[in-house]
Amino acid sequence: MFLRRPATREVGTLPQWRLMWRQFRRHRLAMAGAAILIPVYFVAIFAEFFAPMSSSTANTSMTYAPPQVVQFSGEHGLHVNGYTTERDPNTYEQRYTEDPTQVIKVGLFVHGDEYKLLGVIPSDIHLIGPVVKGEPFFLLGSDQNGRDLLSRLIHGARVSLSIGLVGVLASFLLGMLIGGVSGYFGGGVDNVVQRIIEFLMAIPTLPLWMALSATLPTDWGPLTRYFAITVLLSLIGWTGLARDVRGRFLSLREEDFVTAARLDGVGRLSIIFRHMIPSFASHIIASLSLAIPAMILGETSLSFLGLGLQAPAVSWGVLLEGAQNVRVVANAPWLLAPGVAVVIVVVAMNFFGDGLRDAADPYGSASRSRRRKSFWRGRAARRASATINTATGR
Amino acid sequence: MLGYFGRRLVYVVVTLWAISIVTFVIINLPPGDYVSTVIANAQAGGVSLTPAEITNLRLRYGLDDPIFVQYWRWISAIVLHGDFGQSFAWNQPVSTLIGERVLLSAILSLSSLLMVWAIAFPIGIYSAVKQYSWGDYGFSFLGFIGMAIPEFMLALILMYIGFRYFGASVGGLFSPEFQDAAWNLGKVLDLAGHLWVPIVVIGVSGTAGMIRVTRANLLDELYRPYVHTARAKGLPEWKLVLKYPVRMSLSPFFSTVGWLLPGLIGGETIVSVVMSLPTGGPLLLSGVMNQDMYLVGSFIMILSVLTVLGTVVSDLALAWWDPRIRKRYKRE
Amino acid sequence: MPADDVLLEIEDLRTHFLMDDGVVCAVDGVDLRVRKGETLAIVGESGCGKSVMARSILRLVDPPGQIEGGTITLHRDSGPVELVGADTKLLRQIRWNDIAMVFQEPMASLSLVHTIGSQIVEAVRLHENIGKAAARKRAIEMLDRVGIPMPARRVDAYPFELSGGMRQRAMIAMALACKPSLLIADEPTTALDVTTQAQILELLRDLQDEFGMAIMLITHDLGVAAQVADSMAVMYLGRVVEYGSAEQVLATPRHPYAQALLRSMPRLGRARQRRLTAIKGMVPPPYARPDGCFFHPRCEHVVEGRCDRVSPRLLQVADRQVSCLLYEEDK
Repeated sequence: MFLRRPATREVGTLPQWRLMWRQFRRHRLAMAGAAILIPVYFVAIFAEFFAPMSSSTANTSMTYAPPQVVQFSGEHGLHVNGYTTERDPNTYEQRYTEDPTQVIKVGLFVHGDEYKLLGVIPSDIHLIGPVVKGEPFFLLGSDQNGRDLLSRLIHGARVSLSIGLVGVLASFLLGMLIGGVSGYFGGGVDNVVQRIIEFLMAIPTLPLWMALSATLPTDWGPLTRYFAITVLLSLIGWTGLARDVRGRFLSLREEDFVTAARLDGVGRLSIIFRHMIPSFASHIIASLSLAIPAMILGETSLSFLGLGLQAPAVSWGVLLEGAQNVRVVANAPWLLAPGVAVVIVVVAMNFFGDGLRDAADPYGSASRSRRRKSFWRGRAARRASATINTATGR
Repeated sequence: MLGYFGRRLVYVVVTLWAISIVTFVIINLPPGDYVSTVIANAQAGGVSLTPAEITNLRLRYGLDDPIFVQYWRWISAIVLHGDFGQSFAWNQPVSTLIGERVLLSAILSLSSLLMVWAIAFPIGIYSAVKQYSWGDYGFSFLGFIGMAIPEFMLALILMYIGFRYFGASVGGLFSPEFQDAAWNLGKVLDLAGHLWVPIVVIGVSGTAGMIRVTRANLLDELYRPYVHTARAKGLPEWKLVLKYPVRMSLSPFFSTVGWLLPGLIGGETIVSVVMSLPTGGPLLLSGVMNQDMYLVGSFIMILSVLTVLGTVVSDLALAWWDPRIRKRYKRE
Repeated sequence: MPADDVLLEIEDLRTHFLMDDGVVCAVDGVDLRVRKGETLAIVGESGCGKSVMARSILRLVDPPGQIEGGTITLHRDSGPVELVGADTKLLRQIRWNDIAMVFQEPMASLSLVHTIGSQIVEAVRLHENIGKAAARKRAIEMLDRVGIPMPARRVDAYPFELSGGMRQRAMIAMALACKPSLLIADEPTTALDVTTQAQILELLRDLQDEFGMAIMLITHDLGVAAQVADSMAVMYLGRVVEYGSAEQVLATPRHPYAQALLRSMPRLGRARQRRLTAIKGMVPPPYARPDGCFFHPRCEHVVEGRCDRVSPRLLQVADRQVSCLLYEEDK
């Protein structure tokens, strides 16, 4: 009986991206996740500068050296202590003790191994490192070849963090395409695709990855292998996304603004790309961000088993391969540091993705959160605003 | 109902057939075949085979037959005799190798599954009902961590702690003194003492994930009108939650319950590798490492068959649980 | 002192939603009375707080909503009970036994995985100490009474196996199974087609004659209200602006909002040429309530300098209560 007026841009109807940002900012864990991820990615991009050494610089007399602590004193300035080493007469293992008499001066912006920043700019400046190049400086200890674990961790971040992005991009293309086709056409096509997806989802991921990686030729170079692994990861990763896209398509097909566009004689492709995709793009981005940590864990696990990337490539999984044996871990627990890095990054990404997902749905259609279950902005308002946003290309 | 399951059966058979073809392709994908591996092995042992011997071998294994003949030979051996072929790395039939390990795999998977359910359901329900409480935040945080820790990491940490502070070897299934002993109570207890670590390790990430799923599913139901109706009727709160929204929220769970079936065989790979448990996982890993393709292919095949069966189990479970699905089956 | 025939008394009820962006006062000081055996219609636009008000009576408001103040007194045969402060045990006894509810969407309000019979039996056995068989017999009787054919078979049906009208009948059967003294019907016919709507209203009226319960009918449809209501309360932005007998309010609305509302509604038999007029302006956003009288920005009779400053009270004006400064001046 009452006229429902079209929603206009008043206080109650902010543009969608503003609502999203507001919602995201409110998600404290997501903000914390972002606060961790941004610097981590920054460090990974400029790994050569942030790492004290190159990933292959080895000090063969310093295998499994324990971590040093940076100290400061008036006499020596910034420094770490050196080690005295002795061989265990029974096990022949090298034992290290910290030697306060040996002072290794540490400086900021010191000259060290040469590198090309971003592959272009030649330099040898490192954020932190020993003033005298080549002196032992192992803030996270060293590995079985006497290489600095911290440096390798920083270099490995580049591969481990990017493999998720590249993999997600590949799954995104697959998922959008297949999910979109399935959802838009529905019927028989949909049925077949859904069965395939269900099937792929039900097979335990790791054995499938393992079996597929068995088919990779062993003589491939690191770069080829990197991409092959990425493709493997995304071959399985696309299913979740495709389901998501399909669900959105199915529900959007029934929405009034799509019907309206169709009745207006807008073409199929135009409906999909101009009207439907913009209205759930934010949601897809959120789903994507949640797929990245799974890929990182996948790479780590595969490489840990020796099936993923292989030395001399450096990734966190490759580094952890050196910690497979519990006896080694018992002697050099710092070798688990890359695992800690994995956990931190994956937790941060999950927080971040969770926040994005909540924010992608500023009207809380899923009633996932009570606080967002706003009864003031019912479906009508949501639709109206979605229409506006689509119309203005947001 | 019968018509529905009749069509289901046709679908199952067709899928299994498609799987067998994919598996066969995977087996034949890596360059080289069984005979070239034999040659390589012989060469490594310092023996070189004459061309005549090679031809003989190829003939014996039918490697020069048309591909569909080879496929037929392979699949009929599996279906008719349960013969999955020969693992050349172990020089044993694949079926024997896998058969030996199935029991332990199943025990591990099932017990960790029970652990997951026993812990995750109550916590998930609590977290949803008390959304945004301190308890919810705490469990969510733990859940996030639990999902982020790679299994092998957790296994290594637990083993490290055991090794370092208890001087015990936590890996394997038995302490050295029971390794070759006959079965007795002591050996069983020793087994139980070793088994809990992998069970916990396998269970942790599953528990974390299940808590999130239970919580999210329940939150989707918790504020529906039928819950209001039930509350308006005067039901006590806990009874109401268990009887209505929890019951509804379990539907998605039942639709995936059959997926556990393949997990029984392949769900514990990494932990088994790290802790050197004689389950299916390490076997698969060694197969992958050696490109022991009959072994790997058989694994894929078995996993896929279990997956297909699992889907059927899921459908049945869902029909049993949800009258709406039941009605749809009847109609179709 | 309330008159003898008052069943439910609501005084200064306030239910607020504590959102992140601020407080939304969904119900903002409502005073109402429901007399025994009468039908009170609560009308108003979507979002005026009528549903939240109805839910507040049985304390069914989901967080972040909560009752901030006021009293709700139910006059039972055994004496008056206050509901806002009642402990949960007492509240659970009152729910369904004294006050039952029917909701808008029968498909969503009934559990789809339990049979209709089991849901009715559950309600009966929660409040009466009778066995399963007896409760089931009651369920069949009730289904029969609300006009569901073959009740002995339908008692084992699931809600999704019934049509929309049948579902709502089943819901009503469940609501009346414990013979409540008040039935709150929250938009009971909105989801139904017009014919079914009329049948359900007819059924409610018959059942009221038979069981003698009072009905609080929440609706946005003045036509529905006109058909069944004895008295009527018009709500705007969480407040009652006019309250009186349905006949009088519909015939001669006094509050400018009620007047505008009636003008926006088509009527049979009225001259065709007369245009329907929409209410000027829009419902203000929830976080920015106007000062003074909530309705003044849209009011045709607004008095500058007064309506935007002073908040009107609900006052007795002749035969009814109106909350408008125009009438306060008159006094």
